[in-house]
Amino acid sequence: MPKLWRLERRNAPSGLMRIASAPLAAALMLLTGFAALSVLGKDPLAAFQVFFVEPFTSLYGIGELLLKATPLMLCALGLAVGYRANVWNIGAEGQLTIGAIAGAGVGLFGGAHLGSWALPAMLVAGILGGMAWAAIPALLRTRFNTSEIFVSLMLVYIAQLFLSYLVHGPWRDPAGQNFPQSPPLPDNALLPALIEGTRVNGGLYLALGLAALSWWFGAKTAAGFRLRVGGLAPAAAAYAGFSANATVWLALLIGGGAAGLAGILEVAGPIGLLQPVISPGYGFTAIIVAFVGRLHPAGIVFASLLMSALYLGGESAQIELQLPSSVSGVFQASLLFFMLAAELFIHFRVRGARP
Amino acid sequence: MNSGGWIAILVSAVAAATPLVYAAIGELVAERAGVLNLGVEGMMLVGAIAGFAVGLTTGSLTLGYLAAAVAASLVALLFAVLTLSLQTNQVATGLALTLFGIGLSAFVGRGFVGMPIGRVPTLDIPWLSAVPIIGPLLFRYDAAEYLSIGACAAVAWMLKSTRLGLRLRAVGESPETAHALGEPVTLIRYGAVLFGGAMSGIAGAYLSTALTPMWVEGMSTGRGWIALALVVFGTWRPWRALGGAYLFGLVTVLQLYAQTFGIHVPSEFLSMLPYLATIVVLVLICRDPKTILVNKPAALGRSFHAGS
Amino acid sequence: MSDAFGVAAQAVPRLALHGITKRYGKLVANDHIDLSVGAGEIHALLGENGAGKSTLMKIVYGVTSPDAGRIEWEGEAISIASPAQARKLGIGMVFQHFSLFETLTVAENIALGLDEREPAPQLAARIREVSVRYGLPIDPAQLLHGMSVGERQRVEIVRCLLQSPRLLIMDEPTSVLTPQAVRVLFETLRRLAGEGVSILYISHKLDEIRELCDTATILRGGKVTGNAVPRTESNASLAKLMVGGELGECRLTPRVPGEVRLALAGLFSEPEDPFGSPLHGIDLDVRGGEIVGIAGVSGNGQRELLAAISGEARTAAAGAVRLCGIAAGRLSARARRRLGLCFVPEERLGRGAVPAMTLADNSVLTGGDFGLVRHGIVQTRAAREFARATIRRFAVKCGGDAALAASLSGGNLQKFIVGREIRLQPKVMLVAQPTWGVDVGAALVIRQALIDLRDAGVAVLVLSEELDELFAISDRIAVIAGGRLTAALPSAAWSAERVGLAMTGVFEAAPASAGEAHAVA
Repeated sequence: MPKLWRLERRNAPSGLMRIASAPLAAALMLLTGFAALSVLGKDPLAAFQVFFVEPFTSLYGIGELLLKATPLMLCALGLAVGYRANVWNIGAEGQLTIGAIAGAGVGLFGGAHLGSWALPAMLVAGILGGMAWAAIPALLRTRFNTSEIFVSLMLVYIAQLFLSYLVHGPWRDPAGQNFPQSPPLPDNALLPALIEGTRVNGGLYLALGLAALSWWFGAKTAAGFRLRVGGLAPAAAAYAGFSANATVWLALLIGGGAAGLAGILEVAGPIGLLQPVISPGYGFTAIIVAFVGRLHPAGIVFASLLMSALYLGGESAQIELQLPSSVSGVFQASLLFFMLAAELFIHFRVRGARP
Repeated sequence: MNSGGWIAILVSAVAAATPLVYAAIGELVAERAGVLNLGVEGMMLVGAIAGFAVGLTTGSLTLGYLAAAVAASLVALLFAVLTLSLQTNQVATGLALTLFGIGLSAFVGRGFVGMPIGRVPTLDIPWLSAVPIIGPLLFRYDAAEYLSIGACAAVAWMLKSTRLGLRLRAVGESPETAHALGEPVTLIRYGAVLFGGAMSGIAGAYLSTALTPMWVEGMSTGRGWIALALVVFGTWRPWRALGGAYLFGLVTVLQLYAQTFGIHVPSEFLSMLPYLATIVVLVLICRDPKTILVNKPAALGRSFHAGS
Repeated sequence: MSDAFGVAAQAVPRLALHGITKRYGKLVANDHIDLSVGAGEIHALLGENGAGKSTLMKIVYGVTSPDAGRIEWEGEAISIASPAQARKLGIGMVFQHFSLFETLTVAENIALGLDEREPAPQLAARIREVSVRYGLPIDPAQLLHGMSVGERQRVEIVRCLLQSPRLLIMDEPTSVLTPQAVRVLFETLRRLAGEGVSILYISHKLDEIRELCDTATILRGGKVTGNAVPRTESNASLAKLMVGGELGECRLTPRVPGEVRLALAGLFSEPEDPFGSPLHGIDLDVRGGEIVGIAGVSGNGQRELLAAISGEARTAAAGAVRLCGIAAGRLSARARRRLGLCFVPEERLGRGAVPAMTLADNSVLTGGDFGLVRHGIVQTRAAREFARATIRRFAVKCGGDAALAASLSGGNLQKFIVGREIRLQPKVMLVAQPTWGVDVGAALVIRQALIDLRDAGVAVLVLSEELDELFAISDRIAVIAGGRLTAALPSAAWSAERVGLAMTGVFEAAPASAGEAHAVA
């Protein structure tokens, strides 16, 4: 069948499209989203107001924005390091869960004895827990050539089931009226609020700090350089003598550690205890955040804020417009769709087919 | 437990397995063509609401299933355009598809929450259904359950014995070689992805019209991901995936009866088994570079650009 | 079968090419080529890599079309627009690289390549019948995976034969075959010729051509340099036509070489890729202050040899590769760099340099352990300065140290890569295809740089398919064929015929000279 158009690779990536692709995608997302809403009978301006303006008119709202952006940022930063090296960790949600369990374990059973060391110990435990969970796909890939995509994904469900077992069983709060949740964490194991009147905690600083660290790692360190080469040109990495196995381990451990930290921050922060669901899919949404941020730390910071805003907008729409909150998923997904499509035009241009 | 109890367990296991069979068979076709579509969960939910909504408003469940297949295929088409024609990353696009499907189905379904719908009727096969023990065990299912096995058989036959199946397998192993031989790689992949979408849609429709006849937001509760696991567990062969689905269905149902059997393993650990089993199978086939090739579609997940 | 004059005696040749010309930019791949093949004739197309053989065959098989010239098929002027049309005319081609699927059976693979659909049992029966008839028995139900390369070639041949070709083109068919399989193939081809099928046999193996072929056309540099009746020629005379009578003069000032810096002793390797060439015990010494060149037709073990020396493939025996006396066979590529080895690989983009990275970053690729990385931190300023200095010294035309490697022309990128490696002050320099695809000016710069390196006392090993180049810059030359290496003799000891012969695998016993390794007979 005759082709009407074809893709032609550009000589050099288009600088214009590099900068413009994100705002362009965001604009298209808004346009289509609100066009769809108006077709379905909702006033688009009112919807825009509810979605994007109302949640942020209060200090508390801004706090929620930052609070929700934190785990997204942490997970996405860790994942992006791996994606740039062609290591496809999609189990951040599981690594987050195990990190939460590890950190909460330290807090619940050691909190009384550790005093002011409780929080730092919990955070470290969370990072190590996430790393340990990510070490499994790393081992299976380097030793047994097994795809990390499927292994990390399966481990998500195993982690979530393990959490469910703990909160229904051995770690259940005896004074909790049979609810499946752990005892609340002691006060010295909770993150203090950063701003009065909001729920934002110091985790935000850690996330921003990780963004800076991640930038420095990728731009300045030899290890970051090796990972980048491994992702861009594996044959060149072999030529240069960079170990492919070391790349896989480093990429997965970084992703797992960051996700684990995100997990314990959720538990020591807004949640305050362990319960069956500690994350509304942050680990999966973070994958989208990583791509919307074009795998770059600065982009990821903005993308996390944007996606967090979409989450909040969804919640607000649930209350004000009687829309299910998961409608935010439609916006988030379409943002990614437009982003990925726009990304194409950085490397290719469209040409009419030759007659 | 008497035989009546056992039969009830096995029958519910089949029901629990049926949506998995549809979704896994559909995804299997897409993956055999080399396309990894992680959006199964989203497509299932789109099918679930479409099937429920159309079935309820028209009164015809058949139309409902048809609508479910079409709706999910449209969503799959979006995925196909992005990954096959626009060369986007398959993992990211598939995950976005899941989010999209969850949100879209919740949005469309908000008016249908809590509404009752008549369940898909079980078929009564004259004479066979009345045979003691075997009758209720093998011959009292609804049309969708029988068709799921039929779908598996049809796909298995298609892959093994038809020219279309041959071309699809070739594309999944090496799109470059297939292209060199003149095969329309992108077209075949489009077809495979759309088929996968349709099947996921039917799986979702079964959820909302048979398994638990109602609409609830996010009612697939992770079955889409299990279907993905089943494709790998079955090493990309239809009958094995079917077997895995029934095994999983059995495990799901047995969990509810674990206490009665005196099994004191916490139910969560039983639920972990399918996922652990999938990892084990994957390690076993990937360990040896020779066995990978024969079991896993070599080009799975890779983009194909005709010009390069 | 036809006698030596069979072609001339026939009224109308089956295939006749007149003045075929094809250009790719400035390169003239085919320059007014005339060729004719009659019914039942086995016609050889002989030439080195880059002589224009594959371009010509692409034209005959319809993959591409000529810029000028005429094609006549059984007397009628035609144009061949696509391989499907070529097949319809009755032209079949067995490529060097097969289009086969591992996980499909023989019958399924063949079915995919046929233009018309056939019911499976009928196809299977036809496969059995045709394959047995021509002495290449294959089992239609067998899975391709696990079949040897020779068996796979049978599948490709049977696929062609099922479409009853009148002209069969064989592209370097014996490079993947055992001697026994070669015998079987020749039987098959003779039988086909006996039935009136014309055969175009592309090869560089003189012994085989003399045994099998009735007539030959020899190509060099895109032009026909001669026609011959192989049976009446000697290997030497054919080699001369193929390689050209003259070889470049050696422009090196004589020098007494220093100590042995690279020593290969009994280097064996098994390739992972089924199409790779195993190495059968390579011995070689390269001393400081000399350039040793290795000539050979591609696909005879060069890739494997380079990987074994560079460290991209580790050898079983640590002592098989020695760098400056140290057993390096089990060391990584990075460790060998630290011992003083530098390497310019065949592929520039994607291996020698990362296309999407800047020249400054690409300097860090191999320069990391030489001051461009300290305490795990990339020294960006030093890397940029290194890139700038390399650009200056080797006159690399580019947009500065921040230019992406992909934006440079082939010649300039090659100058950069060669320059980078030279500036890392190697003790041993390994170079593959130094001037492939490089413009004349850049080629000159690169060759002179290698000579300067040699004059500074570095041991240089060059693998190249361009004989002129090797003769221009090498002190000693060896030839690799079929995974074996001849002795490395002084350039003056090689003549065009001797090189051509060695390239086809005919190694004669070398005259004994002090300190040289044995030749392999």
